Formats: sequence, C-alpha cells, structure tokens
Amino acid sequence: MNSFIDFISFKDPNVIYVVLGMVFINSSSVLIGTFAYLRKRSLIGDAVAHSLLPGLCLGYILAGEKDITYLFLGAFVTGWLSTYLVDYIVNKTKVKQDAAIGIVLSGFFFFFVVLLTYIQKNAAGNQGGLDHFLFGQAAAINKQEVMLFAIVCIAILLSIMIFYRWLISVSFNMDFAASMGLPVKAIEFLITSLTVLAIATGIQALGVILTAALVITPAAAARFWTHNLRWMLVLAVSISVISGIGGAYVSYIKSGMPTGPWVVLFLSLITLMSFSFSTRKGILASYLKARKNKAKILHENILKAIYQHHEQLEAEGELDYSLMSSEILKIRLFDTTELLKGLRNLKRKGFIREDNKMFSLTAEGKKESRRIVRLHRLWEQYLLKRTTIDTDHVHAGAEVIEHILSPEIERELEIELGIEGIPKEDY
Amino acid sequence: MKSSIEVHNLTTAYGGAPVLWDIDFQLPTGQIIGIIGPNGSGKTTLLKTIMGLLDPASGFVKVFDQPLDKVREKVAYVPQRESVDWDFPASVYDVVMMGRYRKYNLFKRTKDPDREIVLQSIEKVGLSEFKDRQISRLSGGQQQRVFVARALAQGADLYLMDEPFVGVDAATENSILNLLSEMKNEGKTVVIIHHDLQTVSDYFDYLLLLNTRLIARGTPAEVLTKENLTNAYGGQLTLLSKVVNLIKQNEFPIREKDSDV
Ligand SMILES: Nc1ncnc2c1ncn2[C@@H]1O[C@H](COP(=O)(O)OP(=O)(O)OP(=O)(O)O)[C@@H](O)[C@H]1O
Ligand SMILES: [Mg+2]
Repeated sequence: MNSFIDFISFKDPNVIYVVLGMVFINSSSVLIGTFAYLRKRSLIGDAVAHSLLPGLCLGYILAGEKDITYLFLGAFVTGWLSTYLVDYIVNKTKVKQDAAIGIVLSGFFFFFVVLLTYIQKNAAGNQGGLDHFLFGQAAAINKQEVMLFAIVCIAILLSIMIFYRWLISVSFNMDFAASMGLPVKAIEFLITSLTVLAIATGIQALGVILTAALVITPAAAARFWTHNLRWMLVLAVSISVISGIGGAYVSYIKSGMPTGPWVVLFLSLITLMSFSFSTRKGILASYLKARKNKAKILHENILKAIYQHHEQLEAEGELDYSLMSSEILKIRLFDTTELLKGLRNLKRKGFIREDNKMFSLTAEGKKESRRIVRLHRLWEQYLLKRTTIDTDHVHAGAEVIEHILSPEIERELEIELGIEGIPKEDY
Repeated sequence: MKSSIEVHNLTTAYGGAPVLWDIDFQLPTGQIIGIIGPNGSGKTTLLKTIMGLLDPASGFVKVFDQPLDKVREKVAYVPQRESVDWDFPASVYDVVMMGRYRKYNLFKRTKDPDREIVLQSIEKVGLSEFKDRQISRLSGGQQQRVFVARALAQGADLYLMDEPFVGVDAATENSILNLLSEMKNEGKTVVIIHHDLQTVSDYFDYLLLLNTRLIARGTPAEVLTKENLTNAYGGQLTLLSKVVNLIKQNEFPIREKDSDV
C-alpha cells in the first residue's frame, strides 16, 4: 500500500515523467487513432510503426549520434512514406489494403534490419539504444522528452478540434465530403501526418509493436460503450491513459518490469471487458436481454393461462377464482420448475397472490392478463383478416408476437380491426 | 433553355477498360431526370465523374454552363447507400448536419439558421422522431432517407441521386417522390439513377439510357423503345462488352487524353 501512496504522490521525480509521458503519448495516439479506426485503417498503426524504424536509423547515420531531432525527422519521413505507399498500392493495383500494408510493413522492416546491421558494423561509439525502439524504454523518459510529448499532444488535440467537422465528414463519407468541395486530399494528408507524428513520439517509450496497439485498440474498446463520437474520443483517451498509468505503476513497484507490455496488457483487459460487458453489443448485455425476454414471456404466458382458466368457467368478467399450480398446468404445459419460479416472480411483482398454495390475480394482475390475451387475440384476428394463414396456424403465429407488440401497434390494430374489448377465440 | 448538366465527349476508365465511352448529352433544368441501364453499365461512374470524384480520361463536364468548382454549392450528391459504413458513431442529426459543412465555414460556429435547415430537412423526409437515433439503428429505407435529407440540407438547385429507391418500401418511395415533385415545382433539377423499368415512365420527365455508351436520351416515350432496350439490356450488349474486354486484355489505350476536346 505504501508503494501505491509513494507512486501517486510522485515521491520519486522520475515517476512524474513516466506518468506524464504516458498521459501525453497515449492521448496523442488515441486521438488520431480513433479517426484511423473510423476510416477502417486499423492496421495502419502497424505499418507506420514498423516503417519508422529505418527512418530512425537513417537519422542516426546522418547525425552520427543519437540526436533526437534527426531521429525524429528520419522517422517522420519514412513513416509518412509508408502510408503514402499503402494508399498508392491500393489505388493503382488490385491489391487489397491489408495485403498492401503487409507488403509495405515487411519491406520497411527489412530495410531497418539492413541499416541496423550497417550501423552496428560501421558506426563508431555509442549506437546502443537504437534497439530500444523495438521494445521501448518507458522508465527512462526524461523531462525534455515529456515536453516534446506534451507539444505533440497539444498539436494533435488542437488540430482535431479545429478540423473536427471536416474530419468526421471525410471519415464517414469521403465521396460526399469531396462533392461538398472540402479539401479531402489535404485532410487525408493531415490525418496521415498526425498519425505518423503520434506514433513517432510514442515509439521511443513504448516500442514499435506496443505503440501500434495504442493507436486502434482504445478506440475499438470505446466504441462498445457509446454511439457518440465525442464521448467515444473522451472514453478512448481515458481507457488509454488509465492503462498507461497502470503500466507505469506496475513497473514502479516491481523494478525491472517493463512498462510498455503492462500498458498493453491493461489495455487488452479493458478491451476484453468492453467486449463482454458493454451495453451495446457486449456478450453480457445480449445474454441478459435474452434472459429478460424469456422471463417476460413466461410471466405473460402464466397470466394468460389464468385468464383462460376463467374463460373455461365463464368467469372472465371477474377473474376472481383461485387455482392451484396444477390447474395452470392443465391449461398450458409449462415446465414445472419454470412455472413455480414464474409464479414466485409474479407474486413479488404484485400481479398474483398466494393463499395456501392457491393462486389468484390481484387487481394489477387482472389488468395485465386482460392486456395479454387481448393482444394475442387482436393479432390473431389481424392475421386472419389481412394474410392468408390457416386457422390452425394462427394461434402459433400470435403466440410469440403478443409479447412484443407495443401500445402504439395495439392502437393501430384496434383501429384497423374495429374491435374493442377482448375478442373471443371464434375462428 | 439553360442546361443543368452538359457532358461532352466523356470517357472514364478504371485502369484500362472504358466504363463510360464517348458520352455526350445536355440535360434540361427544372425536371426529374432518370438514368437507367443494366448493372455495371457505368451509371454510378457517370455521377461520380460529373461530381468530380473521378477524373475522366477525356472530355469535360459543365454544370449550369460552368465548371463544377464554380457552382459546387448548387449541386448536391446522394451516394449509393452501401457506399458508407452505417455503424459510424453519429446520429441522424449529425449526418444531416454534414450537408452544411462547407470549405468556408470551418471556423464559424453552427448558427441557428443551419440548425433550422437541418431540422426542416429531417422533417421533410419524415424522420423527425428519429433525429437523435444512431444511424446504425435505422432500417435501410430510413438510412436512405437520411442521405436524401443531407442533400436537402445543402439547399442546392441540382440533385444527383444514386439509386435512392433501393431497399425502400412503397410508402417511402411515394413520399420521396412527392418530395421530388415539390422540388421540381420550386424549379430544382433532380437526376436519379433508377433500376425499376416498370416505373420509369411515371417518375421521369427525361431519360438517359446507358450502357457504357449512351444508348438513348429524351422523353420516356422516345427512349423506351424495344430497340433501345435491346441495345442496352440484351443482344448488342454482348458485342459491346466483348470489345471492352478486348481492350482490357490488351491494355489498349481508349484514346489519347484530351485529343479531341
Ligand atoms: N473502383 C473501381 N475499380 C475498377 N472497376 C470499377 C470500379 N468501380 C466500378 N468499376 C467497374 O465499372 C463498371 C461500371 O460500374 P458502375 O458502378 O458505374 O456501374 P452501375 O451502372 O452503377 O452499376 P449498378 O447498377 O450495379 O450500380 C463495372 O463494370 C464495374 O466493375
Ligand atoms: Mg451504381
């Protein structure tokens, strides 16, 4: 616990740099990555990240040492070139985008290996550290670098705020944006440049592969939770920043633990959770929904059976009889455990009451059972009148539908059929 | 009468084979104009070339007697519905608002008149109750109407629509049609790619019949002759496509660029 307090109180000044570094790097790549995600360029992060490597080497060779400006410029040029090449290949040939990215990515990576070998053989002095770009070295982030990360992050944030309308228009429907006279080419250039910029800053701290993950994954996770792009951006940034700080924390308490992989591990966990638990498409949500529907159908069927029981005794006017669960089973073949569970739930909801194993409808229950039966019969009548359906199929056809008919549709059915009250089963 | 669109000697190709070949026509203003032709006959390509989304191999296009760039604000384009991913995180309102994003108003805040126009456009296509709904949660016909609303929001004089009636039920088709004739009464020109030959003579004042070449143009009565239709849809078609295939195989140039402009 102590170490946690030490961590959040930044007792070690290095921690501040690492945390701030994570905040800026992750925000940058997510902000622009969200647009890559929306434009279905999910693999572009990988292409760019790998293509930066030969640029870094070139920068190193030109400068003769590890000069951050040269490295950065070199990386920017080759990174940018790679996205241009991908688009060129896609536009000019029949090669699909994923294949084009694969070609470009491996081509640039090969180039990197050649250059790295050259440097190791020839360059004098301290070439160590270039291989850090492969895996990153977040713990070594210093003040200068934090400043650079901050500037890049602010630049990206501002660009997105300024060009927001164009960015969404182009991302959603490029042809339309072009038909409106928007400078589509320039906007694409902007998106590409910002993507390369974001990845180039991240690669030093997190390495090639991990930075690529930061571009798309948070956006994909955030998409599960919201339909609103602004919220999606906020959420994606939060997810990424939380993962970043989580990674920094783990490597703080367990010295020797690398930051980057932990960042991505946290990120993957959050994504997995989004996939499972989100309200939109999540597995859990659809499971719960299915369960809820099943319960609803069961409850309504029980109420309907009780109504039908009264109907047989010509007492549907009052609906006042009490009956045993076995009598309900005579009307409709329920699974016994299901039936008992349903009765319990209906009791809890105040639709029926139980007196010495005898069940009867409450006022609410009477209302509800009339409503269900009515919907069922209205729908049967409608099917009979408006479609060609055999009378012996009508009942089955209405059986499912009655549970989903909304009050508006009920009104329409009423008007269309000119029926009030509950029709009898008279076909 | 002024022409809404003038297309002169237009040839467009993707790579080798021409998809549009020496197309020449002038379209009237203030009418509802249909473009018909079999699948793959270049209808979409024609609209895209007119909108400047594709560069022609030769020839030129004029809109209201001017180059498109001069009159862009007067032209609205409705792409084919399948051309976008409807899972995009935006509401109906957001998408229709895109019809207001111009080059010059990037830095201006959205003003009340813009909002008004957007809401009116949504209302015209009958989607008011869905205006805040995420676009993936609309039916195909409703999505189509979102596209029409976005074009309406542009407040243009000329509308180019790529198959607005696809996946739309009869009731919606009728309401869009009413909207179109309203627009026509306001003097606007509407060009529509259409597939259903049954309805063309009811819907359109003027027709283009296309199959790589322009087969016929004029009033429905003039265009919908048996001969024209066989030329476009059967018989002769095979010959034309054979020639096109030949060009594709041999990577034969269709013509030298701008040789006859
Ligand atoms: N991006 C593309 N690259 C290569 N060929 C293309 C491309 N788009 C269309 N084509 C080809 O051009 C021809 C005309 O296509 P177009 O989409 O204009 O036809 P269409 O008349 O709109 O057809 P449909 O009725 O199916 O919409 C087709 O043969 C098609 O295969
Ligand atoms: Mg088409």
